[in-house]
Amino acid sequence: MSFLEYNVKSTPTGWQKILHLNWALALLLVSVACVGFLMLYSVAGGSFSPWAEAQMQRFALGFCAMIVVALVPIWFWRNMSVLAYIISILLLLYVEFFGSTFGGAQRWIDLGFMRLQPSEVAKITVVMMLAAYYDWLDLEKVSNPLYVIIPLLIIGVPVGLTFIQPDLGTSLLILMGGGAVIFLAGVHWLYFASVIGLGVGAVTAVFASRGTDWALLADYQYSRIDTFLDPTRDPLGEGYHITQSQIALGSGGWTGRGFMQGTQIRGDFLPESHTDFIFPTLAEEFGFVGAASLLLLYVLILVFCIATALMARERYASLVVMGVAVTFFLYFALNMAMVMGLAPVVGVPLPLVSYGGSAMLVLMVAFGLVQSAHVHRAR
Amino acid sequence: MKRTQREIEDSARTITRRSLIVGGLFIGTGGVLAGRMRYLQVERADDFRLLAEENRINLRLLPPARGLIFDRSGVLLAGNEQNYRITIVREDAGDVDAVLDEVARLVNLDLVSLERAREEIRRRPSFVPVTIADRLSWEELSAVAVNAPALPGVNPEVGLSRVYPLGADFAHVVGYVGPVSDWYLEQTGDTDPVLQIPDFQVGRYNIEDKAEGLLRGSAGTSRVEVNASGRVMRELDRDPATPGSDVQVTVDAGLQNYVEARMHGESAGAVIMDCTNGDVLAVASAPTFDPNLFVRGISTTQWNGLNEDPYRPLANKAVQGLYPPGSTYKMVVALAALEGGFITPDETVACPGHMEIGNRRFHCWRRGGHGRMNLIESLSQSCDVYYYELAQRVGIENISAMARRLGCGVRHDLPMSGIAEGLAPTMEWKRRRFEQDWVVGDTLNASIGQGFVLSSPLHLAVMTARIASGKTLIPNLIRSVDGVPEARPDPEDLGVDPEHLALIHQGMWRVNNHSRGTAYRSRTMGDEYTIAGKTGTSQVRNITAAERAAGVIRNEDLPWERRDHALYVGFAPYDNPRYAAAVIVEHGGGGSVAAAPIGRDILLRAQVGDVPPSELYPVSQRRGIEEMHRTLPIFEAPPQPSGRTPGAGGTDA
Repeated sequence: MSFLEYNVKSTPTGWQKILHLNWALALLLVSVACVGFLMLYSVAGGSFSPWAEAQMQRFALGFCAMIVVALVPIWFWRNMSVLAYIISILLLLYVEFFGSTFGGAQRWIDLGFMRLQPSEVAKITVVMMLAAYYDWLDLEKVSNPLYVIIPLLIIGVPVGLTFIQPDLGTSLLILMGGGAVIFLAGVHWLYFASVIGLGVGAVTAVFASRGTDWALLADYQYSRIDTFLDPTRDPLGEGYHITQSQIALGSGGWTGRGFMQGTQIRGDFLPESHTDFIFPTLAEEFGFVGAASLLLLYVLILVFCIATALMARERYASLVVMGVAVTFFLYFALNMAMVMGLAPVVGVPLPLVSYGGSAMLVLMVAFGLVQSAHVHRAR
Repeated sequence: MKRTQREIEDSARTITRRSLIVGGLFIGTGGVLAGRMRYLQVERADDFRLLAEENRINLRLLPPARGLIFDRSGVLLAGNEQNYRITIVREDAGDVDAVLDEVARLVNLDLVSLERAREEIRRRPSFVPVTIADRLSWEELSAVAVNAPALPGVNPEVGLSRVYPLGADFAHVVGYVGPVSDWYLEQTGDTDPVLQIPDFQVGRYNIEDKAEGLLRGSAGTSRVEVNASGRVMRELDRDPATPGSDVQVTVDAGLQNYVEARMHGESAGAVIMDCTNGDVLAVASAPTFDPNLFVRGISTTQWNGLNEDPYRPLANKAVQGLYPPGSTYKMVVALAALEGGFITPDETVACPGHMEIGNRRFHCWRRGGHGRMNLIESLSQSCDVYYYELAQRVGIENISAMARRLGCGVRHDLPMSGIAEGLAPTMEWKRRRFEQDWVVGDTLNASIGQGFVLSSPLHLAVMTARIASGKTLIPNLIRSVDGVPEARPDPEDLGVDPEHLALIHQGMWRVNNHSRGTAYRSRTMGDEYTIAGKTGTSQVRNITAAERAAGVIRNEDLPWERRDHALYVGFAPYDNPRYAAAVIVEHGGGGSVAAAPIGRDILLRAQVGDVPPSELYPVSQRRGIEEMHRTLPIFEAPPQPSGRTPGAGGTDA
């Protein structure tokens, strides 16, 4: 089997490339997506509409996009990185001024057939831009302060634009994903130590500013933090999501209540069970076995990504694949931590499972980049 | 840009090293997440399963049907009627206003309740049924049911609500139910969950209140699965409500009706007891009120009307009202004197119309005096001076001890509201109450049932029944519960010499049947239903010496509220006492005129078992009696026992 071989002598050409795709990774992606279809079907009360069917169509579209991206040589995508980044920044600026308002945040561009979330696009374009930057930069210069400021700006602009939407979860994801790429590129660890120090200071400042005229966060964000610290503080109000989510998770037990038997879902006790809170649904109906299996699938996807990154010859390929892996990891880890009461409720979807078009399409394109790196790994 | 092989390898090494660090971070985080999953889903699974159940399962209470109340022969006194109402569910109705307009075309809806319904519909969740109209007629309900297709979301429903078919006659026996108020919960400390049911009603007065524990029953439960907004998804299981116990009272519906009717127009109270076992056969208080008003929610106007009426329809004069018993108390004094050996039946006392004690003059009701009086004559003619003499010999302690033995001045434990204890005063009592010494004048006043002595018609009926029977009869009102007769121990002997009782009986016989008796006008004809009794007139004001000198003002010339109370006690038949009665007519004037006729008529009614025929009355009164019986609000036909028999205890003894 050629697609798992480490020492590929030559890059395949034409339709041969299809055979050299990482089909194991593709199968894992399909498996995770199928878990999503199953749960969306269950959440809708045993119906393909309104969610499962639309999700299937998008996944099919995303899967095709992945293959198309995979077949294009990775150096082409490196050359496209700057353009992609600029376009995503323009889209973010566009929603800032013309976007559709939903739930108190301007996040969407209505394209008619789907709502595009530019912040989701930015997650990947930031990774691409940074990978391209470090591909260009000589290795000995990466820790030079001058060349550290440039990637900080690359990250800072979309993070700032996302933060003011306001979408705390996505801005954190972009920040952490970008930071991970800088780390992977080999920037001196002292920078990270000082950033973490600054971060602690910033958190302190955020809390200190609370209730004053110069409060740094919106009230709903503060209260989300409070509720995170003590979800029982307001079990019918702010803490309702997290309390009900933990009830759903916990009541699943070892093997769960059975497909379509989750009382938390059937009784609408768990809000947003088709988007951010889909994981408790799975955990309630399939128990620890089901939830841990999904986690295992995610980890396996990460393992394949790391393997691809390590096999890649191109610096750009390694960094972009690792960046995609980190972003993917942040998605599911934050979402799971959030629904299990380990992290604040910041609104991060469960990748490939939660209902949502932009995140699904962007992720599949990102995995297209991973596949492209894999296909074009020849030394 | 060209890079050397070395540069490329350095870069690859860096990325590999750092990728492995990141990969380690992935695995570590994955481990934390899996650990948390294990903690929530395995270790704490039971806790969360319980919380999920609490979320999901909602316990609904099912109201119990309230126990029925029957009279002694099974006539329904308090029942549950089906209350037809229509409800609307907003989310099923669509255009609520259009549907309501349509309903208003079919059913008579007033604007106020319609507005209230609209407000309720707006306020409640869209799936909750809201009552738009209740107490509809069957026709109205049918009209709604037939037009159901044009009335989406409108549902005809049937609930239970209390009804008193005999209305006002039994208000002072059965009482009424009312809604559960905060005040009620606070007063009773009752935590029965059934009280949380909307529109649930509890007993508020008389038997309905005092026998609440029997009548209420217990709530059933229905476990339903609900969703987050409270909508019922399905019923899981159901534990039906236990209906309350049916209570049969000792009261006779026909007799009760007659007594209420006979006292119509007066402010009066009466009690009839069975002299053989203490059954209370009638407890009447006039005027009365319709207890159904309280069930449906009484209007302010109606309430004020009842509350401000000087005849006090809401007060139960038969058991709550306390009056000086007047001359009806003389039997007590006479028995105390006989039992204590203070007088012999033949010993006479001269009555010059008054008696001087110290510097005070105590008057007999007959200003000219009665002449020489023995025991029997003193009862028959109600000579006060004779009892002033007895009082001094017997003393208040003996009199009051006898009063309590006969049932006066003690609390009788009937399931009725506000039962009065009455008062048979003692020296110790006066010292405690007024910090004054008892004086002989107090004893003299007490001997003719004035002064401190206070009794209710219930006390006097018990007294009369005990004198008539020679037994310590305990009044009772509950005949059976769910068909099981109430335990009723045989009454103990009163412990009074039967010869002494016979003397009192003779005196009382003469009251009604001797031409000089104070109630001779209220005699009966024929031997079968002979009545023996005693009249009483108790002053509600002091007669000053000046007024006495100028001539006591006749009752008819006084304003109503200052006239004397008229009393009468009696039993019948004379030779084998079966019924004892006590009547008080507030401010009725003389007992022989105002109370004795009522006492005679109700005792006759009790004995005959129906409206008494006019042959039983003196010839001169027959036309008047016939006329009265025609006009009184008496049942045209005696009420029939209801279809549902109250059980084994239902047969009339």
